[in-house]
Amino acid sequence: MIVVEHVTKNYGKKTAVNDLSFTVRPGVVTGFLGPNGAGKSTTMRMIVGLDRPDTGSVTVGGKPYRDHVAPLHEVGALLEARAIHPGRSAYNHLLALATTTGIPRRRITEVLDLVGLSTVGRKRAGAFSLGMGQRLGIAAALLGDPDVVILDEPVNGLDPEGIVWIRNLLKSLADEGRTVFVSSHLISEIALVAEHLIVVGRGELIADTSVSEMQRAASGVVVRVRSPRASELARLLLDDGVTVESSGGPSELRVTGLEAAVIGDRALAAGLPVHALIPTEVSLEQAFMQLTHDSVEYEPTAPAPEPAGTRQEVTSR
Amino acid sequence: MTATVVQPPTVPAPVSAPATGLRSRADTGRLKVTLPRVVGAEWFKFASLRSSWITIAVALAVIIGFGALAAAVAAGDIEPARGGGPGEGALGLDPTSLSLAGAGLAQIILGILGVLAISGEYSSGMIRATLAAVPRRVPVLTAKAIVIAVVAIVVAVPGTYAAFFVGQAIFGDGANASLSDAGVGQAVLGTGVYLAAIAVLGLALGALLRHAAGAIGALFTLLLLAPNLLPLLLPDSWAEALVPYLPSNAGAAFTSVAPADGLLSAGAGMAVLAGWIVVLLATAAVLLRRRDA
Repeated sequence: MIVVEHVTKNYGKKTAVNDLSFTVRPGVVTGFLGPNGAGKSTTMRMIVGLDRPDTGSVTVGGKPYRDHVAPLHEVGALLEARAIHPGRSAYNHLLALATTTGIPRRRITEVLDLVGLSTVGRKRAGAFSLGMGQRLGIAAALLGDPDVVILDEPVNGLDPEGIVWIRNLLKSLADEGRTVFVSSHLISEIALVAEHLIVVGRGELIADTSVSEMQRAASGVVVRVRSPRASELARLLLDDGVTVESSGGPSELRVTGLEAAVIGDRALAAGLPVHALIPTEVSLEQAFMQLTHDSVEYEPTAPAPEPAGTRQEVTSR
Repeated sequence: MTATVVQPPTVPAPVSAPATGLRSRADTGRLKVTLPRVVGAEWFKFASLRSSWITIAVALAVIIGFGALAAAVAAGDIEPARGGGPGEGALGLDPTSLSLAGAGLAQIILGILGVLAISGEYSSGMIRATLAAVPRRVPVLTAKAIVIAVVAIVVAVPGTYAAFFVGQAIFGDGANASLSDAGVGQAVLGTGVYLAAIAVLGLALGALLRHAAGAIGALFTLLLLAPNLLPLLLPDSWAEALVPYLPSNAGAAFTSVAPADGLLSAGAGMAVLAGWIVVLLATAAVLLRRRDA
């Protein structure tokens, strides 16, 4: 269990995290989502005590991280930036960490096997690829058999096989009852493993919701309606929070803000014929981009073309 | 690299309660972070880097080699570079000091060894893993100081004795000094201890400044530049009062057979050098706790 309460962190004049509060529960994978620069890494660093919040508190397993007598046994973390001396072998890197807390050497072999690095464990880490570095970071995170596992962008640099591997790993860790907190800036990636989502932008909480809820909010919001009397139907449906656009010809409408069933019922009541009623799935990706649109820190100067079907509001909760 | 079969990680015993993932209290007790464990970890870190051993080898070569060279020049076995007969170089006539001539350079090498013991962690990012493993942080600095001090003593003290004996062998019977001569024993042992102290001073500077370049610059300034620059920059009376308290001059008070005028007594010199180290390490410890890693 990770509890973040009203945490604010400034670096000089720049606010990295602003009054952020959320709870990460054990037994499920919780995704930590947000655009680059949203404060995800800063928050994770504060959870393991590397950075100190200006105000607010962060606790893991009921107390501040630094108060745990066996911290690696409590929390295992892979942080975004590399944390390995290039001149040291993977084995010796893990040995140094394990020794601080009395973890036996056979555990080092175990975690190297687990992440698939046993054959290169004695090589200098400086020669590792990005993916191997990530695997070593994951091995370090699992070294102490921790209750809480925190991984910052773990799929970075992994090959497709490695990505599948880490998904399975995260799920099995959560199934064992651990708290698993994984950051990403790609919702499509995180939605495959996470049950719960914490979405941040510009250091503030945007959404604290389950993946299924987010999916529900995202899907079926746009309905394509075909009717020979489209203009009459459009007038009928227009209301607060509802937008109607014509699309793909005079007989086709795109309705935002009403469910397909409601549109069908109203058309029937008014005696208007409806030839097609198609709820349009909005991808999670689009829902996420919509959600974080206003909080993108580093926007490209030429705005990316907006994907079709993103002009609806997704309610955050 | 095929690791598609994911086994539940287990240490040291299998996760007993999959429903909660909570391990027994006994595990937590057994996996406590203690200072001896952190010292062990720091030793592994030091010993697992090739650069540590290379630096030590270079330091030993410098202590013994330069001492032998100076002795050979002074004894007339080697022609000095320009002018001057045997024993009339800038190094002076004292056979003990001549045989320990390598210490001037060795102090920089060992000081850098101390700097790199911590600045290397900042440049590689390893410090984040280190401080996440030991979130109380100060034990990390304490452990590093212990490891560096022990390593430096084990290297520098025997190295200094070796340099002394090699040098005296070059001077040959009659011209050489003996450990039993007045002040000689103290100067030889003192030089070894001084070198070890400078390694720890380097560690403290590395912990304070966190960058190798800055810390090594500070080390040079403190050891080599300040003793020469302060007398030029300050009024004479101030310089006379301050300069003996610089680390290198505090060291000179107990590493010379016949200390120069104006230096502290041997005991006071040791206390002042120890004071420098304690103050710098304590400041580094406070900052280590306070600063974001």
